[in-house]
Amino acid sequence: MIIGLDVGGTHTDAVLMGKDCILRQSKVPTTPSDLFQCVWRGLEEVTRDIPAGSIRRAVLSTTLTTNAIAEGKLPPTGMIVCGGPGIDPECFRTNEHYFTVSGSIDHRGREVQPVDSTEIEAVASRLRAEGIRHVGVVGKFSTRNPKHELRIQEILGNNFDYIVLGHRVSGNLSFPRRIATAYLNAAVYPVHKRFFQAVRESLDRKGLTIPIYILKADGGTMSLEASLGSPGQTILSGPAASVMGSLPFASEDQDTLVLDIGGTTTDMAVFIGRAPLLDPLGISLGGYKTLIRSLKTHSIGLGGDSTVRVVDGKLKIGPDRQGSAMAYGGPAPTPTDALFVLGKATNGDVEASRRGMLSIAQQLGVSPQEAAGLVFDHACRKILEAAAEMIAEINSKPVYTVHELLEGYQVKPKEILILGGPAPYFAFRLATLTDFQVHVVPQWHVANAIGAAMARSTCEVTLFADTERGIAVAPEEGFFEPVKRDFDIKAASKLAFDLLRKKCIKEGSGEQELDMEVLEELQFNMVRDFYATGRNIRIRVQVKPGLIPEYRDIAETLFNSCPLPGLA
Amino acid sequence: MLCSRSKTGLVFFPAFDWSISPTHPEREERLLYTQDQVFEEGLLDVEGIMEFKPDLATVQDIRRVHFCAPDEWSVTTESHLISAGGAKTIGIQVMDKRVERGFALVRPPGHHAMRVVHGARGFCNINIEAIMIEYLREAYGINRVAIVDTDCHHGDGTQDIYWHDPDTLFISVHQDGRTLYPGTGFTYDLGGPTAVGSTINIPLPPRTSEEGFLYALDHCILPILEDFKPDIIVNSAGQDNHYSDPITNMCFSAHGYAELTSRLKPDIAVLEGGYSIEGALPYINVGIIMALAGMDFSKVREPDYNPDKIRQSEETTRHIEKVVKEILESREKCPAILEKNRGGKPFAERSKKVFYDTDGILENQKETLRVCPDCGGVLNIDSRTDKGYHIYAVHIPKKACKACQELGYQWFDAADGKKFNRIFLQDRTHDQYLVRKV
Repeated sequence: MIIGLDVGGTHTDAVLMGKDCILRQSKVPTTPSDLFQCVWRGLEEVTRDIPAGSIRRAVLSTTLTTNAIAEGKLPPTGMIVCGGPGIDPECFRTNEHYFTVSGSIDHRGREVQPVDSTEIEAVASRLRAEGIRHVGVVGKFSTRNPKHELRIQEILGNNFDYIVLGHRVSGNLSFPRRIATAYLNAAVYPVHKRFFQAVRESLDRKGLTIPIYILKADGGTMSLEASLGSPGQTILSGPAASVMGSLPFASEDQDTLVLDIGGTTTDMAVFIGRAPLLDPLGISLGGYKTLIRSLKTHSIGLGGDSTVRVVDGKLKIGPDRQGSAMAYGGPAPTPTDALFVLGKATNGDVEASRRGMLSIAQQLGVSPQEAAGLVFDHACRKILEAAAEMIAEINSKPVYTVHELLEGYQVKPKEILILGGPAPYFAFRLATLTDFQVHVVPQWHVANAIGAAMARSTCEVTLFADTERGIAVAPEEGFFEPVKRDFDIKAASKLAFDLLRKKCIKEGSGEQELDMEVLEELQFNMVRDFYATGRNIRIRVQVKPGLIPEYRDIAETLFNSCPLPGLA
Repeated sequence: MLCSRSKTGLVFFPAFDWSISPTHPEREERLLYTQDQVFEEGLLDVEGIMEFKPDLATVQDIRRVHFCAPDEWSVTTESHLISAGGAKTIGIQVMDKRVERGFALVRPPGHHAMRVVHGARGFCNINIEAIMIEYLREAYGINRVAIVDTDCHHGDGTQDIYWHDPDTLFISVHQDGRTLYPGTGFTYDLGGPTAVGSTINIPLPPRTSEEGFLYALDHCILPILEDFKPDIIVNSAGQDNHYSDPITNMCFSAHGYAELTSRLKPDIAVLEGGYSIEGALPYINVGIIMALAGMDFSKVREPDYNPDKIRQSEETTRHIEKVVKEILESREKCPAILEKNRGGKPFAERSKKVFYDTDGILENQKETLRVCPDCGGVLNIDSRTDKGYHIYAVHIPKKACKACQELGYQWFDAADGKKFNRIFLQDRTHDQYLVRKV
């Protein structure tokens, strides 16, 4: 059995899954001020009376780090940044204790200016004096040569609890994003660590020594132990849980649009075949643009509980949510109330919904029934427009080779998968408004928790080699080795796959989950004075997001739930 | 957050899978380190800098500018269409006001491609700036265009295309033709009989540095632009004036290029040459992008930048002052010369030999222009290569008068089919292109 748990904005969903069906599911209110409460309640409900040894793993997706960042509740963190010439690194300041120091590396990884150790020592003593325990260290082009970051780490010594080095957070280029990523990793570390230690200890006290996995924003999992090395990867895992929960139902041979219609927002993502599309750069959150690997998702402020109003004679839905729908005692009319008035939803106060819709109807000069129809259609159309924009944006992504420009893949979804609270109602209407095939994800109300439970681990390795300089670097792995002149793309790709395999196993993946592929592979002949002097090789390989093998066929059986006794 | 002061569009197309030959300067690797630098600096994340995917230029776009012999497909590859298309994309974004200015960081370059194209010369096949400009003239009805070519090599292709066009001001600042390919572009080259003064050449001596370039800009280029009052300014932003460029002898710097860009304020910049792929291009391109976007570029510099080492001599300074003075003086005489030409001989002829160094073709050209009192004048070109290919081409300019239009069609119809392999008519008044095959 496995456990999946997803903390959402309103509810926390948990499932206990058996070989081919859901054994238990629970939905408890999310307690934002103390997330441990709802996580623990969810876990307790699905594990009640279950023998300890029979649960193989628990995968948790929480909003812990996301909230900490969005609410600006990050502990004081030190940042040491060496940029050298170019844009002034002061422009990328992340927080108060941010110091730019000397030292610079060029685009090929050659040292231009060394680090000044007395300068670093001075910064270190200032940070210590201010009681700072967590530090991020970032250099420009440190992914090409991490020498300066390593040197700074050495100087900082054992005086700090946690030091994040920029070259370990991603192999991709972008100095400002590397700074933001290192900062967030260093800043969320204490929050993340404290929380999961509490979960671990509570489970242990109950005798449930289940391995804990954390869901990442890219739809993959990592072990709790591995997450302490890169807690930033847990940011924005929420959308990933839902996307992974719909994956088994996506068509294998065409593109699919996933819509997760929640209370406040609708989140969208795209599958190509059954592979979720990844964001080419990384998460943006709370004003930070990062290199944190993530699924390509787009969120709009339109959900079942969004406020409906009339502005200048025109309907406007969202982006705010004032509370639940009037049918459930909320203060303002919502799309959910429209569903009540249209007779599609029934288990609430229809009269309250009708009162809400009446005010909208009066402003529009139509009947409440008609107003409800207009509200619902408007919501559907807004969602479709946003989806079309996202797809256009994906297809307009620049490419850098003639081949890709002429033959590049264009995303054209033919089907929509819907999940989230009001999924079935929307599915019906969207099907009539579009040419898409529209399906509701089975178990749509807990598909997010199912997604967390079934997600396999993902990993990415970036390898850069420059045979003229005689080096190969896989920055995230801390791999920095000399190579001979005959090192080529074949050798590089073998090396990259070896490193990927090791990384995955270390992060808690099973051998059978290693579905590895090449993301990017470029080899350039380096020519100086009309003679070939070396090769410049860039490779990115990954284990793409997917489901753990034993649950691959679950789509067949997930239409059925077979609850165990003992849970209401 | 980091913001640009002017909204700036960028087309970045490094063509990582295209080269003239594996060890040619125009090879896959050329913009690799530029990409690394631009990505690492995070320029594409700056609020107000937007990257666009290039469109492909069409055969029709090429036919507004060139006579390709025997046809467009024989002298271009997809990469040329993307490069010209990238320039066009930036032009469209600027004209549609989605951005205030833009930069097409594309390859291969185009400023050595002349009106007639038998093959590649100076790494260029089709003129990407001219293709963009003529598209914009057709689609947006712009009229007066200024092109400032800051590549180290004389922009002889662009000069040839606009030699007879009084509505296009072409200014080329380059290393003196007596010391560098293509060996042209002297101060006395001021444009054809009906467009005298709309071509300006500023040959600078080898080892000219920041000081000299900015002097030529402030004292010659900017005043002439002010006087011409263009609808748009296009910068052919070649980067081979850099002190580290392997095939030229100048001493310009990344900071200098950024400063020049920020003072010139081009609406559209298009990459041309520049072959110091590691030591110069990454820094110059970052500098140009930041200058276009109105960002502070004062900290952009090459790792080995040493202004004292590349400073120009006193003698160079005085030479440049003299060149600039000479240009300004001859420019003052242009209106009178123009007046005189229009009242003189009805037809003007020029003959020239064009060597396609990249493809090893020698072309002999005879051009006949009607020195029209009312417009730029219709012209015909009789062109034969040493491979024996012979064409006859008629160009009717966009603002041609009735008489020139009629003469153009007469020339086209009267051309002896037995004498030529192909006969072309480019009628810009109707955006038409006719071909007679023999």
